[in-house]
Amino acid sequence: MGLRSYIDKIKPNFEQGGKYAKFHSTFEAFETFLYTPNRVTSNGAHIRDYVDMKRNMIYVVIALIPCFLFGTWNIGYQHFLSLGESVTFWQIIGYGLLKIIPLYLVSYIVGLVIEFTFAEIRHEEVNEGYFVTGFLIPLIMPVDVPLWMLALAVAFAVIIGKEVFGGSGMNVVNPALLARAFLFFSYPSKMTGDTVWIAEKADAYSGATPLGTLFNGGSVNDLPSLMDMFIGTIPGSVGETSKIAILIGGIFLIITGVSSLRIIIATFIGAISMGLVFNALGTTSAMGTPFYYHLLMGGFMFGTFFMATDPVTAAQTNIGKWIYGFLIGAIAILIRVANPGYPEGMMLAILLLNVFAPLIDWCVVACNIRKRKKRWASAERRTK
Amino acid sequence: MDKVKIRKGLDIRLAGEPSKQLESFEPTFCALKPTDFIGILPKLDVAEGDEVKAGSVLFHDKNNEKIVFTSPVSGKVKAIVRGEKRAISEVIVENDGKYDSIDFSDIDDPVERMLRSGVWPMLRQRPYATIANPDVRPKHIFVSMFDTGPLAPDYDHIIDNQYDALAKGIDVLSKLTDGNVYINVKHGSTACTDAINRVSTEITSNGHVNNVVITEFSGPHPAGNVGTQINALSPINKGEVVWYCYPQDVITIGNLFLSGRYESSRIIAMTGAAMHNPHYYKTKIGADITPILDIEENSRVISGNVLTGTNITGDKHLCFHDSQVTVIPEGNQYKLFGWLLPVFKRFTNTNTNGDTRPYIMTGEFERVFPFDIYPMQLIKACLIKDIDQMEELGIYEVDAEDFALCEVIDPSKTPIQQIIREGLEFIRKETS
Repeated sequence: MGLRSYIDKIKPNFEQGGKYAKFHSTFEAFETFLYTPNRVTSNGAHIRDYVDMKRNMIYVVIALIPCFLFGTWNIGYQHFLSLGESVTFWQIIGYGLLKIIPLYLVSYIVGLVIEFTFAEIRHEEVNEGYFVTGFLIPLIMPVDVPLWMLALAVAFAVIIGKEVFGGSGMNVVNPALLARAFLFFSYPSKMTGDTVWIAEKADAYSGATPLGTLFNGGSVNDLPSLMDMFIGTIPGSVGETSKIAILIGGIFLIITGVSSLRIIIATFIGAISMGLVFNALGTTSAMGTPFYYHLLMGGFMFGTFFMATDPVTAAQTNIGKWIYGFLIGAIAILIRVANPGYPEGMMLAILLLNVFAPLIDWCVVACNIRKRKKRWASAERRTK
Repeated sequence: MDKVKIRKGLDIRLAGEPSKQLESFEPTFCALKPTDFIGILPKLDVAEGDEVKAGSVLFHDKNNEKIVFTSPVSGKVKAIVRGEKRAISEVIVENDGKYDSIDFSDIDDPVERMLRSGVWPMLRQRPYATIANPDVRPKHIFVSMFDTGPLAPDYDHIIDNQYDALAKGIDVLSKLTDGNVYINVKHGSTACTDAINRVSTEITSNGHVNNVVITEFSGPHPAGNVGTQINALSPINKGEVVWYCYPQDVITIGNLFLSGRYESSRIIAMTGAAMHNPHYYKTKIGADITPILDIEENSRVISGNVLTGTNITGDKHLCFHDSQVTVIPEGNQYKLFGWLLPVFKRFTNTNTNGDTRPYIMTGEFERVFPFDIYPMQLIKACLIKDIDQMEELGIYEVDAEDFALCEVIDPSKTPIQQIIREGLEFIRKETS
């Protein structure tokens, strides 16, 4: 217990009146990271479940590891493929790590410095939410995004997307997606097109994503095979390409009860329905794309399992979750197919529904209230 | 018989189930604690050193002087313990072992007899969980004949051989309401169901209007909570009042009308992982249980269960309404990377397993909350003290104990029962 006694020794410095009292939140964050506190229940129920926010958040990070690993490999794989060089597995991984580690360093350093600063100013405990956000952000970026842009996007997302509303739990839209949307609208040339998805790509090689191909008038025959899209050996944002990796993480989150199965199923139903509607109309090649292609293209799966299910920004009521998920799926496909401006509809659909989620909940709760008031009224009539 | 199946909830399994062994325990001291009753303003009627009989008034409620609290045993007032701001926290009576008790049999009116003997505070009302107001007639009266809480006592075992008193008690309750007396039994509990059926035929054959309704409940905790049962059978509307009490209270009421005396016996289950040889004891209301506490070091003694019970420190006096004592280990230890370690036993000690956070996860409470109410929304309405919203979201249908499971599973570790209690108290004070 050497570490524990050391912590107990330095602890008074960080408490009120101590030398480093203004770093109280920072100290506490590290202390509780190392040791779960010895705090016992003081009112209400005498026992508490083992699940806390730290555990919930770490589950999400664990669930993202398959996407992270595959993404690292795919960065290297796509790079050497475009160059036409044949290299070993470890060279591929080495190149991938070289590209992905700076993204993570920027994401975590910028994000956590802001989080810790706000926690100290507010005299609150540091919230675990950014561990997830910070892990997500690099995974939804094109690999070649300039680091200063990433830093700017992270700062914008954390300050404007979260802290101004009061921190984790109070935000309206998903901060990770907000970071991506910020870059998408501020620096579109670095976020779209055929050149950004493969690191240091050879010029002659086409680096279009499946969605980009469709968007530029390509037909289904120009797309990679369903199997390639499922395994993920295609260009795209870092973590979104492998549907296998996403499913592994996604199922882990469903089993641990962290993400809502309702939202996931509803999103799939929404996307499939809208896909079928367009297939039935079928006047352009985008409309004619079989609905199941949509499930494997772009960020649909990643968004469904890791973004739409964010409990803070999703609808909170069970019925609301069905409506919310269905609309995300339907609108994502609608934007992809019908809107000529944006090839990727998933990000916009989730952000849109993030904004509408409180309204959906309001309507659902209003129904419950109306039912109760009707019961009151009929009880009153009976007694008269 | 109607059957109701509760689908949402959670059975919390803990170590330390009581064996069926029943031992008798004569307490040296018994205490009444004004803090066991919500919303009363206690005014003393005795001083230290006074001789009392079982049924002698110890203190009464200043807000309603008809409501008195009487000594469970005969003897001498040993101490009047005061807490913060000199509020009375305990009136302790030293038991002389004679059970010399006042005879109430000349009082014919049932309400009057229950009030004067000090049995009345066993009847509580919803909303607010305050002592029933003797000047109103409730819409219905509810009695849950079973407990689904953690390590709950088995009422089939407790009621055994007390059928006559039980029958008389239900008979008395049925005269206190123009609505029904709902007796709710556990699915598959034949002993209890048989007893209740016998009781109900007896009441009918005695020529009373049969307003006793028996319903069979099944499902996980909180199926045995009276709140869950009220909600399933006849949810409380704004302005309505229902009453409720526990099975042993009905027996005490029955005995009051059979013998004319306040019979303060209670069978309690001593339970929990930190209790050696957990089993049942027959003792008195408010008993000082120190002599029968054979427990481990560094443990917490709870009067009641781990969800809603009271941490009794100092003198270990049973709380007025409780039929159970739970002793569990304290969780005041640090754990290296405890938030990351796999967990094999879900509930063991009193550690909070994390710190308070804003509400982030959603849909968790709904899994353990069997009401047609949106729990998170109601909690938030209570936090901001918005009476209109609280009413609309169903505050009158719930009590703090109905949220105990939400509090246990809450990953944000917020004091939900306290939030609901404060919301209810806020409305009660604003509207009275």
